[in-house]
Amino acid sequence: MAVATQDSVNHSYVRHAQVDAMPAPAATTGAIGWIRANLLSSATNIALTLFSALLIFWIVPPIIEFVFVHAVWSGTDREACLPTAERPEVGACWAFVHDRFSYFIYGSYPIPERWRVDVFFAMLAVGIFWLLWLEAPRRDLGALYFFVVVPIVSYILLNGFETIGLRRVDTSLWGGVLVTIVVSWVGIVFSLPIGILLALGRRSHMPAVKLFSVIFIEFVRGVPLITVLFMASVMLPLFVPDAYSPDKLLRALIGIAMFASAYMAEVVRAGLQAIPKGQYEGAMAVGLGYWQMMYLIVLPQALKITIPNIVNTYIGLFKDTTLVVIVGIFDFLRTVEVSRIDPKWAAPTTSATGYVFAAIFYFIFCYSMSRYAKSVEARLAKGDRR
Amino acid sequence: MSIAQDSGPPKVSLLYDPKVRSIAYQVILCAIIVFLAYSAVRNAADNLARAKIASGFGFWNQAAGFDISQTLIEYSANASTYGRAFWVGLLNTLLVAALGIVLATIVGFLVGIARLSKNFLLAKLSAGYVETIRNVPLLLQLLFWYNAVLKALPDLRDSWGIGGVIFLNNRGFFAPSPVFSSGIELVAGAFVVGVIGAIAYARWAKKKQDATGKQSPVGLVALALIIGLPLVAFFAAGMPATLEFPEKGRFNIRGGLEILPELVALLIGLVFYTGAFIAEVVRAGIMAVSKGQTEAAGALGLRNGPTLKLVVIPQAMRVIIPPLTSQYLNLTKNSSLAVFVGYPDLVQIFTGTVLNQTGQAVEVVMITMAVYLSISLVTSMAMNWYNARIALVER
Repeated sequence: MAVATQDSVNHSYVRHAQVDAMPAPAATTGAIGWIRANLLSSATNIALTLFSALLIFWIVPPIIEFVFVHAVWSGTDREACLPTAERPEVGACWAFVHDRFSYFIYGSYPIPERWRVDVFFAMLAVGIFWLLWLEAPRRDLGALYFFVVVPIVSYILLNGFETIGLRRVDTSLWGGVLVTIVVSWVGIVFSLPIGILLALGRRSHMPAVKLFSVIFIEFVRGVPLITVLFMASVMLPLFVPDAYSPDKLLRALIGIAMFASAYMAEVVRAGLQAIPKGQYEGAMAVGLGYWQMMYLIVLPQALKITIPNIVNTYIGLFKDTTLVVIVGIFDFLRTVEVSRIDPKWAAPTTSATGYVFAAIFYFIFCYSMSRYAKSVEARLAKGDRR
Repeated sequence: MSIAQDSGPPKVSLLYDPKVRSIAYQVILCAIIVFLAYSAVRNAADNLARAKIASGFGFWNQAAGFDISQTLIEYSANASTYGRAFWVGLLNTLLVAALGIVLATIVGFLVGIARLSKNFLLAKLSAGYVETIRNVPLLLQLLFWYNAVLKALPDLRDSWGIGGVIFLNNRGFFAPSPVFSSGIELVAGAFVVGVIGAIAYARWAKKKQDATGKQSPVGLVALALIIGLPLVAFFAAGMPATLEFPEKGRFNIRGGLEILPELVALLIGLVFYTGAFIAEVVRAGIMAVSKGQTEAAGALGLRNGPTLKLVVIPQAMRVIIPPLTSQYLNLTKNSSLAVFVGYPDLVQIFTGTVLNQTGQAVEVVMITMAVYLSISLVTSMAMNWYNARIALVER
């Protein structure tokens, strides 16, 4: 019981209880500590903080005032958004957006037929949700649905099919968000398979195939999208017999699909290059042919690591769809442009309101896509972490 | 003789011989392409003949007959040809691309570094800028700057000005312009000599450092040579340049340097947009340099400045250069969006007005594409050369 006896000895100079550590100096913890460390740690830092605060103060309040405080929320025409004596400051004219909302969404699509566009949006939303939700059941069926069923059904639906009683709607009447979505979605659906083929062609051992792929990719990537659209718009009709001359929307779609494919090809090629040679050799050693090797071994791995870059290409494509106005198509931005110069709504802030509304629309789409790409990237990185 | 049979190549049906197959595929591909090209050319010839448009480049020397709002070289609607209009447009495109690249690089590097700052506010502010700008289409931003900001500026009478020297109104941006008189050649010559001298001094200093380890004040000497020498020459030649100030009249502003609102809007849009992308490139490049490098430099006794200059930046540049090049090319290609704000660039003049007036769709589009392709190829070649020079030399 030696230990017990030692413990029970009562020396006044021995501490019996653990003394708690003193709290850290108040200046290094909590909000004050955080502010000192992150905002005021040195003279330069203080200067930077002041500069940023001034910049924020200069930018943010006017935006909030414009969008919310001075905004006009209801009204039927320009009178509502004109500055008056009792209200000299007029902010965003949301009444204008509210009035033109259905035009922004459908363009000039005939009003009794607009339910078709709604069905199209719903079908697309189901497909996107099915593919993006990683735990969803039967995602292979989802891909089939998204890449095969939806294109055919929506073509019949939007364009019309007289024999089953759907009135034909000419593409010149399509407009607004509908056209933006159709153009970007066609780009997305076509660019991936064509891009994969071009990327495989560029890495092929057949000189003719390789040459063709390289020329196509480098040519399209070397010129601005506007010139590609010009080419599709003014040269394509020359190159086909008069009877088969494609309509305006189709020409723009061809141009966009070509452009997106070339960029997609380079993204996929980067993925293919990241796959170690042993994977190819292993596939050949077990007797797989070229397409089997690509389909079963190489592409699944290569596409997996390129998903973030593919999504980034899609974001670029979505933003680039705004350029189709150059060939006379009423996409979403064009409907905003047309509406903002409408005399019925001519007021000082109408233009800015239209642009802010369009910016919010594009921002929501692009930002959610880039968030998705980030989350996929993080999920893929988990597998590589040790 | 079984041995003789074994030594021969295995007998494979021609259908399964990879070589034969590969040749067959390529022949088929070539045949398809040749057929498509042939039918395209034949259809084009048919369609053009029906529309009574003579193909060829004859239009190049015809009188243009339209005005251009900004011309860097002499041009007049009546006396100049379509070919001249082409050069005017090309120079305008190059002008906006060059200005845009310089400004976007500055913005991009500042914001990219600011985003890595330990200062919370600054880092978040930069992140907010990058995320917002990158997720909104460039065209929308250009239209916003042009229609909602520059068009909404005060008109001539109430134009904003700084001390009667600089004016900003809805007709554009007005600044003093230099006027040169004789003797300016001396200053230009001094500048060239200064640059050559600075390069020579830097080489000599590097050799000296390699041999003896002693450093020389390269930066200061170069500054003195490049700026000081022309300054001395300027005063020696009796100040052969004066500033011409813009003068505000009742109906217009005369004299000085006039920058079109279209150019201002296009530049602001391109610089903010590309700057956000360059910021991300810079951030990724700096983050790619592992922390161990900075710590090792610290362990060797280098202070913060030399650590950045000698250790971090050279390694970061290797990662930054290739994507930076593609951002420069993107900016050049995106400058074609000038057509939407009415800035007279190559696409607006040539693919717009000239194409509409002549109807020579194939030729005009081909020439325009060839120009952008050549710019792309030349830039990539220059950047590849630079990249090869600074690339990691491994054994």
